Amino acid sequence: MLADTPLSQFLTETPIPYEADEVTRLIIDSHASAAFAPIAHLTVGGLRDWLMAADGAAIRAVSRGLTPEMVAAVSKLMRNQDLIAVAAKVQVVTAFRTTIGLPGRLSTRLQPNHPADDARGIATAVFDGLLHGVGDAVIGVNPASDSIAAAANLLTMLDDLRQGYEVPTQSCVLTHVTNTIALIERGAPVDLVFQSVAGSETANRGFGIDLAVLREAHQAGLSLGRGTVGQNVMYFETGQGAALSANAHHGVDQQTMEARSYGVARVFDPLLVNTVVGFIGPEYLYDGKQIIRAGLEDHFCGKLLGLPMGCDVCYTNHAEADQDDMDSLMTLLTVAGCNFLICVPGGDDVMLSYQSLSYHDALYLRATLGRRAAPEFEEWLDRMGMLEPDGGVRALTDPTSPLERRMALESAR
Amino acid sequence: MSSTKVPATDIWQALRAATPARIGLGRTGDALPLRAVLDLQLDHARARDAVHAPLDVAKLAAELAPLTVVHVRSTAPDRPTYLRRPDLGRRLAEATPLPDGQVCDVLFVIGDGLSASGVQARAAALVEACIAQLPELTIGPVVIARQARVALADEIGERLRARVTVMVIGERPGLSVADSLGMYMTFAPRVGRADSERNCISNIHDAGGLSAAQAAQTLGWLLRESLRRQLSGVDLKDDQVQLPSSSSLPLEGPP
Repeated sequence: MLADTPLSQFLTETPIPYEADEVTRLIIDSHASAAFAPIAHLTVGGLRDWLMAADGAAIRAVSRGLTPEMVAAVSKLMRNQDLIAVAAKVQVVTAFRTTIGLPGRLSTRLQPNHPADDARGIATAVFDGLLHGVGDAVIGVNPASDSIAAAANLLTMLDDLRQGYEVPTQSCVLTHVTNTIALIERGAPVDLVFQSVAGSETANRGFGIDLAVLREAHQAGLSLGRGTVGQNVMYFETGQGAALSANAHHGVDQQTMEARSYGVARVFDPLLVNTVVGFIGPEYLYDGKQIIRAGLEDHFCGKLLGLPMGCDVCYTNHAEADQDDMDSLMTLLTVAGCNFLICVPGGDDVMLSYQSLSYHDALYLRATLGRRAAPEFEEWLDRMGMLEPDGGVRALTDPTSPLERRMALESAR
Repeated sequence: MSSTKVPATDIWQALRAATPARIGLGRTGDALPLRAVLDLQLDHARARDAVHAPLDVAKLAAELAPLTVVHVRSTAPDRPTYLRRPDLGRRLAEATPLPDGQVCDVLFVIGDGLSASGVQARAAALVEACIAQLPELTIGPVVIARQARVALADEIGERLRARVTVMVIGERPGLSVADSLGMYMTFAPRVGRADSERNCISNIHDAGGLSAAQAAQTLGWLLRESLRRQLSGVDLKDDQVQLPSSSSLPLEGPP
């Protein structure tokens, strides 16, 4: 029955009413009928077959004609193999100080969280990550505190560090978007504007946001003009279950709600979007099998909708999952052409109490699947004497190596 | 590659004091050295045990003596169901008997939540520290609830006619801390209260978290303000109390 549903029906029958929800209005009002034309005659099942046969350019061309509901629907008819094969054909390239999403590349977010936002502790984790060649998508801290002053201090520390070592990357303190607007107003060195987003107006209100404040924040970020090779300034995180956990899903399944959050993200030309796939807990994704499936669905849906999709490959201790599941998902996502993955020291986030990927996992993916870092960042690694000819990252074990010594001295200050 | 490369002079030694994060682990080829792999697996196993361990309610009740204790359980029959169905953990099992009591100012409910080992280790001492802060208030019996989510205290508090409930509950275990507690305070408890109508004190543990004494003091302030202003939740937020906010996504926060 799902396979036989015409795609055009998704434009007239919305799961959440147009009148009741600004996300639905955004989806319908921004739908591009010209882009939709080549697939307008298809059913959901027909779209699956079309996607399997089409090339990447053809898929990108219809992107703005696809709605989140169409994309979520077709993903339900696709096996993991299909989700990987189609996503791997679609490139979405964005840029700020690095260029992310180019063919053959895999970028990483360095996530140096600390339970008390200790600047030295965070700097130490950043150095450790840089020595593993991690951080070309963003150096992004989740602050433990909600304080604007604390966020300003962290931004200044990260910016000093970036400039001191001339690292071509961008930094971000993942605080509420209204905090970031305030930080921009008081002159803090903001590279990227972060916000968690969800797929309905009520769920977004639960996050304390609406489309208007996102537009304001986007403009504020653009006004700074801090990017060098591009001006994609927004960073969004999402995750299946966010709307459901806030009881703001209107009876709609969690995967369709997730795709609707991509419908929100894509109008802001983000640099980075990632699903935090195993974070919310087993009541939404119970075990490793569900987490792996959801990670592939989210990446596929995001890419189809034109997003620079990344993933926080992760799990909590009350889910039926372990490192083996993470190994499988990160490998599959890299094969699927995922733009970036999140890495924390040793795979253990000591602030948010969950497991993500380690810096070493990024090295494994580079070596085993031949993926290289963003070109600007790779040049920096080379200047620092850390780049192997094959794109791998050299282990710096010589205590006289200038970079390691300098970093150690710096972080010991 | 056969040799494990740990930095020759371990420059990380001094830096480890700056963060509990797993930094400077070294490399063997591109991989984590085995020691770091096994350390993480052991810590994961401990955290999993904390989630799945049953609460020894008799032992906890004995530690709480001479306080009066009432035992209840949620509608979640077992751990796997509890983990899948948060809604069942928020309602009392059918026909749960509760004592007829007087109206009380404060009712403490101790729930196993996601870390029974945290509850076992420190809930009794925490509740006693809290009660010691509240000499002028009437305190109801201490309710011990199994397979409990935070909102289970709403139904219990409503039936026991409490003006405010405090749910003391085991928090989602991390690898470094598997026995942390949280306290959730709700004014005028009744079924259907939203999480935004609660105040939370989290990260109560011995490994660099809030001490029981600190948490009890914060709770005392919140309770008096709640009773004075007849509310709890986001409207009670005060700059004097630095409540930790933990994440960019909602954790379905309360376990």
